Amino acid sequence: MPELTLAPEDWQAIALTAKLAAVTLSILFVIGVPLAWWLARTRSRLGSLVSALVAVPLVLPPTVLGFYLLVLLGPQGPVGRLTEALGLGLLPFSFPGLVVASTLFSLPFVVQPLQATFSAIGERMLEVAATLGAGPFDTFWHVVLPLSRPGLLSAAVLGFAHTLGEFGVVLMIGGNIPGRTQVLSIAIYNRVEAFEYAHAHLLAGGLLAFSFVALLALQFINRAGVGAPGMLRGGA
Amino acid sequence: MSGVEARFRLQREGFSLDVALGLPGSGVSVLFGPSGCGKTSVLRCAAGLTRADEGVMRIGEECWQDSGTGRWLPTHRRPLGYVFQEPSLFPHLSVRGNLAFAGKRCGRRDPPDGDLLELLAIDGLLDRMPSALSGGERQRVAIARALGTSPRLLLMDEPLAALDAPRKREILPYLERLHQELSIPVLYVTHALEEVARLADHLVLMEQGRVVMAGPVGEVMASLESPLAATDQAAVVVDARVSGHDASYGLTRLDVNGVELWTARVSCEVGHRLRLRIHARDVSLALFRPEGSSITNILPAVIEAIAGERAGDDAMQCLVRLRTASGARLLARVTRRSRDLLALEPGMVVYAQIKAVVPVI
Repeated sequence: MPELTLAPEDWQAIALTAKLAAVTLSILFVIGVPLAWWLARTRSRLGSLVSALVAVPLVLPPTVLGFYLLVLLGPQGPVGRLTEALGLGLLPFSFPGLVVASTLFSLPFVVQPLQATFSAIGERMLEVAATLGAGPFDTFWHVVLPLSRPGLLSAAVLGFAHTLGEFGVVLMIGGNIPGRTQVLSIAIYNRVEAFEYAHAHLLAGGLLAFSFVALLALQFINRAGVGAPGMLRGGA
Repeated sequence: MSGVEARFRLQREGFSLDVALGLPGSGVSVLFGPSGCGKTSVLRCAAGLTRADEGVMRIGEECWQDSGTGRWLPTHRRPLGYVFQEPSLFPHLSVRGNLAFAGKRCGRRDPPDGDLLELLAIDGLLDRMPSALSGGERQRVAIARALGTSPRLLLMDEPLAALDAPRKREILPYLERLHQELSIPVLYVTHALEEVARLADHLVLMEQGRVVMAGPVGEVMASLESPLAATDQAAVVVDARVSGHDASYGLTRLDVNGVELWTARVSCEVGHRLRLRIHARDVSLALFRPEGSSITNILPAVIEAIAGERAGDDAMQCLVRLRTASGARLLARVTRRSRDLLALEPGMVVYAQIKAVVPVI
């Protein structure tokens, strides 16, 4: 009969993972919303280039991304030298390093749904807002964002869930330091390596359930948004 | 100088626009022409939605753009109202929210103007979402919203084109009432002659990115040189006043500057002003006052000009412009054979027999 409670280090991993996902998602929105807006609106060729760059993590093995980040951020890498010169120390094997890596890795999961939503809004709504006296920022805040609510939710859920589940990048850049860089997926790996399957089940099952519930909730929210415009009612 | 000056030059692949318009500072100026002639481009340039390569846009003393001095106000800084072809309400806001969006941004916090809501009959729709409105209702809300910014100029881009015929008939009376109430100039784009006849004070005819003819609607419509003259739609519009009804025959008597015309009964009170459309094809000519004719409306008139047969046109027919005693112009379409048999010539006095007088308001 296996012991079915989580050990303190499991809780540590869960807390660290949640923190990582939350911080990463916040940064992803700060970067991703303007970036997606620009990609949705630009007609320049630079747009295609940036689009492709953002999508690279979708096809690249996470270990490859992690490896290059390690090289780039390490003591011999240009970014590593910069962070050291600025007195920030080295990013690999630290929480900030994990945040940087997760942000890059999850970027397409936030930017792509946002870009699709922004593109779907169409020129006309923006023109209407302009003829009613709304400047570009006003229009973005009061027309584009409210109309993009389903896309914003998708992006948030996908970005969060994807960050929760990453393994390869984290392993390369963060290592396996309990309490500092040991996230949930790595904790599961450790449990499996140690043949502690019951613990692995508990953690893996929890992650599975969370991901499923999050996606299910997203489905419901989006469906409600389509069926009942009242969901999207703004203040008058 | 209180008028509207709009000059735009725009070069795009396969299309060029080159217009210079001086429009009156009040009333409805209609831009009329076939699809793709640049009417909408003029409107978009005026609003700053499209930036012309060279352009000047002035309303009275205000200058919105002048490529000569480099002045350029972006759309959201121009005090204008714009009604798009398809009703473009914000789907995430109620009718009230849509109207408030406009009001807030021109510094007005008070609720939308009750008279306007009543005039457009949308005062009962305020709490509805746009998805719960009919096409006609949406367009009426869009018009109210455009006027909610207290604009100096109202631009309307074929506001009826996206609606079916019953919805058009539903909205036109509201536009006519607006026409009478509004003190700001309106620039109205359409390719429907019906709307020209009903709404225009000033008419600008456009073809292939150029202005072909512009002036008061009565003059442009009665011109033999206008592109309209060559079509089956050639007609004049005249303003009339209801001077009496004949209930027993179901007729209404109209007064056009002292000349009397009869038409099928219209349900307007005596003294009401309305607009008539008289098609050239409904007017025939006689050298002497016809006796025993079934046609009620027979007026003496002087032939002002006769349009020759244009190459490629209905070579069988020609168009005659007449001036009646009241000064009102008429167009008559007659065959070339009749013209020769009657020896019609400018300066002759003839009798115009008007088969149909169509009130458009």
